Amino acid sequence: MIIMQNTFFTNSPTLIVMVGLPARGKTYISKKLTRYLNWIGVPTKVFNLGQYRREVQSYKSFEFFRPDNEEAMQIRKACASNALKDVVIYFSKEHGQVAVFDATNTTRERRVSIVSFAKEKGYKVFFVESICDDPDIIAQNIADVKVSSPDYLNCDKEEALADFLKRIECYKQTYVPLDDEKDRRLSYIKIFNVGSRYLVNCVQDHIQSRIVYYLMNIHVTPRSIYLSRHGESNMNLLGRIGGDSGLSPRGHKYATALGTFIKSQHIKDLKVWTSHMKRTIQTAEHLGIPYEQWKALNEIDAGVCEEMTYEEIQDNHPEEFALRDQDKYRYRYPKGESYEDLVHRLEPVIMELERQENVLVVCHQAVMRCLLAYLLDKTADELPYLKCPLHTALKLTPVAYGCKVEHVFLNIEAVNTHRERPGNVDVSRDPEEALKTIPDHF
Amino acid sequence: NDSVPHAFTLTNSPTLIVMVGLPARGKTYISKKLSRYLNWIGVPTKVFNLGQYRREAVQSYKNFEFFRPDNEEAMQIRRACATNALKDVVIYFSKEHGQVAVFDATNTTRERRISIVSFSKEKGYKVFFVESICDDPDIIAQNITEVKVSSPDYVNCDKDEAQADFLKRIECYKQTYVPLDDEKDRHLSYIKIFNVGSRYLVNRVQDHIQSRIVYYLMNIHVTPRSIFLSRHGESELNLLGRIGGDSALSPRGHKYATALGGFIKGQHIKDLKVWTSHMKRTIQTAEHLGIPYEQWKALNEIDAGVCEELTYEDIQENHPEEFALRDQDKYRYRYPKGESYEDLVHRLEPVIMELERQENVLVVCHQAVMRCLLAYLLDKTADELPYLKCPLHTVLKLTPVAYGCRVEHICLNIEAVNTHRERPGNVDITRNPEEALKTIPDHF
Repeated sequence: MIIMQNTFFTNSPTLIVMVGLPARGKTYISKKLTRYLNWIGVPTKVFNLGQYRREVQSYKSFEFFRPDNEEAMQIRKACASNALKDVVIYFSKEHGQVAVFDATNTTRERRVSIVSFAKEKGYKVFFVESICDDPDIIAQNIADVKVSSPDYLNCDKEEALADFLKRIECYKQTYVPLDDEKDRRLSYIKIFNVGSRYLVNCVQDHIQSRIVYYLMNIHVTPRSIYLSRHGESNMNLLGRIGGDSGLSPRGHKYATALGTFIKSQHIKDLKVWTSHMKRTIQTAEHLGIPYEQWKALNEIDAGVCEEMTYEEIQDNHPEEFALRDQDKYRYRYPKGESYEDLVHRLEPVIMELERQENVLVVCHQAVMRCLLAYLLDKTADELPYLKCPLHTALKLTPVAYGCKVEHVFLNIEAVNTHRERPGNVDVSRDPEEALKTIPDHF
Repeated sequence: NDSVPHAFTLTNSPTLIVMVGLPARGKTYISKKLSRYLNWIGVPTKVFNLGQYRREAVQSYKNFEFFRPDNEEAMQIRRACATNALKDVVIYFSKEHGQVAVFDATNTTRERRISIVSFSKEKGYKVFFVESICDDPDIIAQNITEVKVSSPDYVNCDKDEAQADFLKRIECYKQTYVPLDDEKDRHLSYIKIFNVGSRYLVNRVQDHIQSRIVYYLMNIHVTPRSIFLSRHGESELNLLGRIGGDSALSPRGHKYATALGGFIKGQHIKDLKVWTSHMKRTIQTAEHLGIPYEQWKALNEIDAGVCEELTYEDIQENHPEEFALRDQDKYRYRYPKGESYEDLVHRLEPVIMELERQENVLVVCHQAVMRCLLAYLLDKTADELPYLKCPLHTVLKLTPVAYGCRVEHICLNIEAVNTHRERPGNVDITRNPEEALKTIPDHF
């Protein structure tokens, strides 16, 4: 009997095809969308045509992109073929589910050939076209990511900018946007001017619906996301996991220090989110700002291991303890949750985080690891071991294609709650090996 | 304490959703469905249907001539109705704790829409337009047959007369219809829906609630289909009168699962999807069906926390105060270390969204979960929801029809215990055990 684990995603792989002139945010969207899909458990990979081109040809000038440059055209067509060949390998041999073909794809001819290719292979196609005519946004994009591209390694800023603008002109000559009438049977979203407006046509299935929803919620307005755990709690002091205890005296000190730090940042319209648990609420109370409670931000439910120390877990559930070390991401505590479950329940938080601007999230160790993994594109294997110490605020500021991270340790002592993966994860290991990496506690 | 104990703060300003479109374009269908969804997720929403105001003002409808654009007298009446509807919107927002109002009218002229935008600006309401554009004559004919011909306006007409008059009515509106304009209306927030959803144009989504509305509208469809809801077969804990847990099916439960399989086959359902929870009893039930099924953690039964696997007698003995508090507000009451119905609705929202996207689906779930899904599908209030009857061994077949859902109860004739506990007369924490246990169902 076929049992599909909560994946109501299509069985056919999906090829997302970016469309748009250079400097319209295609790579930005490709990377962000890929990060989101991987985080929610849909194996996704970007195939950036620029990279394929750079591998076979070192860049001289915009002349490479002139529509009458026959030799260059051959090279570019070959690169596109190779990229699509790699897509086939990704889907058929690497368990990929979604591939994002990040290229201009600005001619009807190119798009028709991609649709044929996909039809032949049984892939669904979804186009994402970015249309922008605001010269300020384009200039900003060029300054943010083009001028520092490998193509312009040996140029100064002015030269790079001038050349890139000529490159855009080359594409403009042959650019045919998706057409309301002629392309009415294709599935696509057109994004106008960084999201003030969207045109959505023929969404075929669940994954496309999620992609559309995600793309309609992201924005590029500068802002920062602050992540912090609650202040040290009484259970933290005792080395016990889970539970719903209050802050320790040092925890209260941290909360006050956090409040001071936040004030000093002079953050515009800061939103503060906590979980439903005492320790995050008590932390937020010191900030003097209104805060919202999200049940979805509650710490991972450790089920039968709630409120135990690691020594007690080893004592009472040695096999479970080992199984967890074998696959910490997917392991589910009996009557509790896994990191994988956590990611699933945090998805609406991530979506709302995307919509918002300046936000401070006061949460918990496992929760913070999940949020951080999303923001910094960490894999499921890395996620459960990300370091999220108490009494340290992280300030994340989106920049170019990623996120700048600043660690702010507020100088209030706290216990360490981070347990590294021990050397021996076998069910037959002895207690010392199991407990080798547990942090100290009272 | 400045905390706001909600899952997410929706805008503090109320939102006025303004429907736009010719008659028979699905505006009322969308208004009612959207309103049902928003209320279910906890956003107080109400529809203000201009047709109803007009019927109250004019009492009896004669014919399409009322809607002729040169009918000055009628125009005055129609404007007055619109004004009254908007007055009621103000009352709904300011005195009845409403959060969203759906103004269900054609709103087909630029002039009318400008006046609504001014009105909202003056009051501090956000405005979001939903325009339905359809030029497919088959869809329009279908709409007219399904809901117009049986409208109070045509109570004394035969089908063909009603149809003919209604088509003339549409022509009256067409003369002055100006759709939302890409250029001129670029500062407005709206979604344009083309031909029942093959295409959408979304402009200037302002906030979270508008983003949710757009996502919902883009996921609903009108393709005919049925939704089948069933609980798992009777479980061993059911027999013992114990709540929650993760037990297996009883022998009778297995019989039901087999019968359910037989019933499903007999229905000859096209491309049926089957969903279960992660719990043994729903999975064991689905196993008998011989169809692939998907497991959703979100479909797991309500977590009764410290009361898991207790009988009601145990709960009364060990947690008498909690037991009474639950009876006082069964929807919002959260079991210690467990969940409330309100929490359940929140975690079921993605299930509902996917249910909307799908066609024929059988959901094998649990009592509290089924109550939540049923409340959504049948537009039940939060007060009614926790007391909806969802007996074991009974399948519900829900088929969307006109503006609502037709429900067929199919009892598959396999005996099972009753697990439905009515609200007792005395919900005070000082009540004595007999009063608390008065309504509990029998068990072994």
